[in-house]
Amino acid sequence: MIRGGGSPGADPAAPSPPPDLRTAYRLRWRRRRLLARAIAKRRQIVPVVDRTRTIAPDAILCFLCVRNEAQRLPWFLRHTRALGVAHFLAVDNDSTDGTAELLAGADDVSLWRTGASYRLSRFGLDWLTWLMIRHGHGHWCLTLDADELLVYPNWPTRPLQALTEWLDASGREMMGALMLDLYPRGPVGDAPYAAGDDPTDILHWFDAGNHMIRRQAPMGNLWVQGGPRARAFFAAEPRRAPTLQKVPLVKWNRRYVYVNSTHAALPRRLNAIYDETGGEEVTGLLLHTKFLDQIVEKSQEELMRGQHFANSALYTEYYRRIIENPTLWTPRSTRLRGWRHLEALGLMSRGGWI
Amino acid sequence: MRVGFLMLCHDGLDRAAQVAGYWADRGCPVVIHVDRRVSREAYDTLVAALEGRHNIRFSERFRCEWGRWSLVAATLAAARVMIDEFPTASHVFLASGSCLPLRHISQLRAYLAERPGVNFIESVTTEDVPWTKGGLDHERFALRFPFSWKRQRKLFDLSVRLQRRLGYRRRIPKGLVPHMGSQWWCLTRGTLQAILDHPRRAEFDRFFKGVWIPDESYFQSLVRLCTDRVESRSLTLAKFDYQGKPHIFYDDHLQLLRRSDCFVARKIWPRADRLYATFLSDRTATESRAEPNPGKIDRIFSKAIERRTRGRAGLYMTGRFPRVQTDAGRTCARYVVFEGFGDLFEDFPAWAARTTGLRAHGHLFGPERAEFADGQSVFSGALSDSATLRDYNAVAFLTNLIWNTRGERQSFLYGPRDTVAAGDFFPYDLNADVFAITGAWAIPLYLSGRPVIEIRKQAAELQRIEGKHLDHLRSRWAKARVHVWTLADFIESPVEPLQTMIDEIGNKAGLRLTEAPRMRDLTGFGQFLQDLRNEGMQPWLVGDLRTGDSAPDRPARPKPYAVR
Repeated sequence: MIRGGGSPGADPAAPSPPPDLRTAYRLRWRRRRLLARAIAKRRQIVPVVDRTRTIAPDAILCFLCVRNEAQRLPWFLRHTRALGVAHFLAVDNDSTDGTAELLAGADDVSLWRTGASYRLSRFGLDWLTWLMIRHGHGHWCLTLDADELLVYPNWPTRPLQALTEWLDASGREMMGALMLDLYPRGPVGDAPYAAGDDPTDILHWFDAGNHMIRRQAPMGNLWVQGGPRARAFFAAEPRRAPTLQKVPLVKWNRRYVYVNSTHAALPRRLNAIYDETGGEEVTGLLLHTKFLDQIVEKSQEELMRGQHFANSALYTEYYRRIIENPTLWTPRSTRLRGWRHLEALGLMSRGGWI
Repeated sequence: MRVGFLMLCHDGLDRAAQVAGYWADRGCPVVIHVDRRVSREAYDTLVAALEGRHNIRFSERFRCEWGRWSLVAATLAAARVMIDEFPTASHVFLASGSCLPLRHISQLRAYLAERPGVNFIESVTTEDVPWTKGGLDHERFALRFPFSWKRQRKLFDLSVRLQRRLGYRRRIPKGLVPHMGSQWWCLTRGTLQAILDHPRRAEFDRFFKGVWIPDESYFQSLVRLCTDRVESRSLTLAKFDYQGKPHIFYDDHLQLLRRSDCFVARKIWPRADRLYATFLSDRTATESRAEPNPGKIDRIFSKAIERRTRGRAGLYMTGRFPRVQTDAGRTCARYVVFEGFGDLFEDFPAWAARTTGLRAHGHLFGPERAEFADGQSVFSGALSDSATLRDYNAVAFLTNLIWNTRGERQSFLYGPRDTVAAGDFFPYDLNADVFAITGAWAIPLYLSGRPVIEIRKQAAELQRIEGKHLDHLRSRWAKARVHVWTLADFIESPVEPLQTMIDEIGNKAGLRLTEAPRMRDLTGFGQFLQDLRNEGMQPWLVGDLRTGDSAPDRPARPKPYAVR
């Protein structure tokens, strides 16, 4: 939270203290524990197609864990590939809609399969962490969900390599991004979407200025909430509204871990995606295509499966609301126009990368 | 008139080959230095790619490290080859493997021909250089640098500090005045030869071997000893960011580069296909005589540095979350807070909107909901009017609102019933104009008609909250422009404060108070206050209001407090 004046006499300019040694040590063990966990679960995933030998040393990799995403994947792959991702490493969690075949058929995808519990594997992170230990070391790695489309300043003219080279030259190991929930004009389940179409043709509305940010100890990450989901589903209990900041792009080291989805990572310095002194760091956006027509049906399934998030019971109500096919659009929604517009709105920033 | 090019290459050799070939094919001799760290195969590929061109040479390879003498050594070796092997080269242009010619070579020739004997090299004394990074300017020459800045930063810094502490100073060769400037220059053959064959060169070389970043000072200093025809600017467009590293040009910079009218630009991203395709074709009209003018695009770069280092004030996002709240930085635009006005006047926001042109909200932080202007339930940026959502992070709510409505000044009502966190924030915001009538919270209590005995506790609580809020407004750290009146003072003579307010807001110039807001009917209010006192609650924030006599059931008297 922004410091609000506080008591007179408090120095409003006090810098954030570095974590004390004990905290640092605790975080270190936490990281090691997560690594060990990933290694212990490595046999839960079975290779279906392994093309990792074709990965070039400077290739940008994309890691993802999917379940029944046959509808979104064609566009997701097309978009992410066009950005300059050379290889996708995917874990398929028991899909039944042809997701596995779709992924296995693409020659820049390596695919693993698992039938183990999504929830018990930290929502797929344990599996991905193992793959990242094996294949991500030394590479710039994107960790995404199938409903996230990465954009960043100048993305139509500058591939990811331009960005990662610039980040390298600037001595930065990561780039942060805000998840921007997109939604259609009418009820979310009403606009038909066909696999392979550009989802932003249907989902071209978003909330431009209702994000709430706090800084979180002990990992020093931001905690961003807000957007249409907070507005429509969590107004009564904003604390439970989904977390929206991510660190999707990291120059990976096999000793790194993601802690909570890709919202935060360890070591702690990877969470420093923001400038604390008033300047702006380069940041992107993850255009979140969650609210395509299948969402209504999928929420029903999620509700049955009870696999999502730390506290499934907590989200029951949320899924119930989505099943009612709500309209997220308001007269104050903003129409999606392009990255310059998104940057002018302050949702992302070019930082020093002009 | 023949321009020879020296090219220092260390990566992106395919692009270097393309550019070297471009120059060579247009009659310019090229000498290429390839960093020794480049693999043998890559080097051979480059040589093979340029095979068959009679005017390309490769100079002795040095292992180049940024900021070190090796870069100068490489340049000197290449220059020697150029002088010895291409006797017709009248000018020598130093470029890098990531340079790209922006204008046709004939334009550069014509430009140089019009200015015979002029050396284009940025060369400024250390006192006048504003752009050095890391605070080292004169010390680049006066200290020793045994450690690598890139690989041994800590030792580097330590040794600099130590030498400063000890007061260590190297002796600068007699007659040599240290100058610095861009690494990229264009010298006449005569000048370059004079530098290469300078009788004291061995002494100078020995000195510069110990200088930090000599590639920005060797030729820049020696040129002053060899010629007096120095035009202190570079023909190469090279921009640096706030970290001191060169800006990279991408395809989307095409128009920008064109506008600069510079002859050569660096650094180009090796995969900027469109830039290479455009500028390495012979499409440009050969008649253009425009003066190179990097200044035309300077604004864009200085704005970029500002964006990176100072950011957009009042914006909170995933890339900007300032811990240090600078004076101007809490919100992005000015806004007005009216405290107590909503209680005293009927429909005050409508009046404020009419008279001052502000976007006037009701109690934005009201306990039931955020009362956006015109009763909207969602406001700019899809801000929700939900009180829980707003109170979850009241400061973010306010900063968002101000950010979302950039260009339109906002105002809102505030009072002790509203979210306290907001009132802890805006007193410290330079963008806030606060006009407060203290004690006005008593009016709705009075108008509620509830028995005093019931209200007493609530009144005390509101007074306590407002008292604490006033401490913030009066804090010596407060940044907002604050005006406080007690309710008693205000209703004694409301016109003057209202006029002050309008003047201060100054949204429209020269506004006169033509229409006063309608005050609520305060008949019997004095008695109400007295009743509060009688119950043991002292409404001191209301001020010294004439209570009249304490006769309980006086007939309605004319409204003494109405504004006329």
